[in-house]
Amino acid sequence: MDSFIVISLIKIFVVFGALMTILAYLQWVERKVIAHIQVRPGPYRVGPHGLLQPLADVIKLITKEDLVPPYVNKALYLAAPFLAITMALLSVSVIPFGPKIQVAGYATWMQLTDLNFGVLFILGVSSMGVYGIALAGWSSNNKYALLGGLRSSAQMISYELPLSLAIAAPLLISNTLSLRKLVDTQDGWMWNWNLFHGFQYVSFIVFIIAGFAETNRVPFDLPEAENELVAGFHTEYSSMKFASFFMAEYANMITVSCMATLLFLGGWVAPWPAAYGSGYVPVAIFAIAGVTTVWRGLNPRRKRDRFTFPPFGVVFVIVAAVFLVPRLQSALLPLFWFCAKTGAILFLFIWIRGTLPRFRYDQLMGFAWKVLFPVAMLNLLATGLVIAAFS
Amino acid sequence: MDLILFLVFAGIAVVAAINVVVQRHPISSAVSLIAVMGSLAVLYLLLGAEFIAAAQVIVYAGAVMVLFVFVIMLLNAGGETKAGRSFVASLLGVPVLVALLVALLALLAFFSARLYPRDTEVHFGGFRGGTAQAVGRALFTTYLLPFEITSILILIAIVGAIVLARKELE
Repeated sequence: MDSFIVISLIKIFVVFGALMTILAYLQWVERKVIAHIQVRPGPYRVGPHGLLQPLADVIKLITKEDLVPPYVNKALYLAAPFLAITMALLSVSVIPFGPKIQVAGYATWMQLTDLNFGVLFILGVSSMGVYGIALAGWSSNNKYALLGGLRSSAQMISYELPLSLAIAAPLLISNTLSLRKLVDTQDGWMWNWNLFHGFQYVSFIVFIIAGFAETNRVPFDLPEAENELVAGFHTEYSSMKFASFFMAEYANMITVSCMATLLFLGGWVAPWPAAYGSGYVPVAIFAIAGVTTVWRGLNPRRKRDRFTFPPFGVVFVIVAAVFLVPRLQSALLPLFWFCAKTGAILFLFIWIRGTLPRFRYDQLMGFAWKVLFPVAMLNLLATGLVIAAFS
Repeated sequence: MDLILFLVFAGIAVVAAINVVVQRHPISSAVSLIAVMGSLAVLYLLLGAEFIAAAQVIVYAGAVMVLFVFVIMLLNAGGETKAGRSFVASLLGVPVLVALLVALLALLAFFSARLYPRDTEVHFGGFRGGTAQAVGRALFTTYLLPFEITSILILIAIVGAIVLARKELE
């Protein structure tokens, strides 16, 4: 019992710390990727390739003046960012990152806790996340904030339906609500993944589109459309309270990506069994990356590359070597596949932000109710019929 | 542990429920109502009804209350003004409230001891268990007819709401 509490606390600290770092660096990745899509360098002054930019941003946000406008509804105004960030971080507690591992003699799952209604828990928590934005918009006592809050609540209620229906289809196939067992049913080869189960790519596409809308990302970022609403629901927020909304958005992005990975892409399972050498993929990737980076550093195109590239190359080679250590493989390989899949979907989020323009508001609602909802409904019906016919 | 959690969340539920009535501003009342529903979900969890708890959060605290908050925001409803109290209400209000509470407590104490002796599992009719699987099985076998009738009832309500809203538009 005592060791259970201690292990749980350690796991919570590790996951929380990793999540916070990822949140900060996801924003750096986003700025860099968007910048390269738009053919500009992006952040590169603070640290090599702008790598210390997130740290600088954190310091900036903490030391900024924390302003509470005199005309706001104070209690709700202060509670809203807290609610948003809490609900966003809460869903990570049930997400499994890997299988059972042995750490210093203790066997533990790479997951904070497994609920046998994990999927419902995440849906419930994400439906509570709306209040953070809605109440922020209302309590700010500002017409732009109010409109942003209204838009976001309408959008999130509408897109929650196709999202839940899209989730239901792979759940029917896997026949469980536990995220851990969900992954177990997709073990083995790639075609066991729910994505490649017949026509399940339809549910995957519906899930991704609805997920974009739920996280208020481009092309569904109407709640914070800056050309009509200034900054939308967080117009009146400054300093760390603004940062909480920002972090909540990125945490929600991570949750949606993790859910897509677990539901459709087989979670931490490799695309093909380890017997056929899937264990050497991360080694190969990191080794190639390391060698390329070192070679680029030795033949620099820009002057500073000579100093910045070799250290990264060495780090990549060391990481590649770590993946070869047999004792660490059981933990690192699942983690690698989970991060690779989640990262691919996160990249999709950023890619689409750099590519697509914003919806008009009536198009947004019309799309949810007239296109996405019927498609998700028919897909669920067809999935149910197919399963009933073949079982 | 269960008892502590029960006391904490039952306490929150009661205080928030009183707050729903006491608060002047509709948004504050709505937020209190969300707190009530959230703590009710925890109480369901303590009883082992995990599916009901999740449904409580998703449907009531999530969807229904978001619509409440949405409508309040849309109408931009201000604080309620105090109505002039009638003489009868100010005279009888508190005594009647106390009497009703005492009657309720007495009834609960009397019947719960009779019907549900200590250490019986929580159950609804013959149905025990609260996992999503158990609830689904019960809904689609034993309680299929009531389930389908309820769904038709909800469909009628939706159609009715649309018809009413349409008329107002024209």
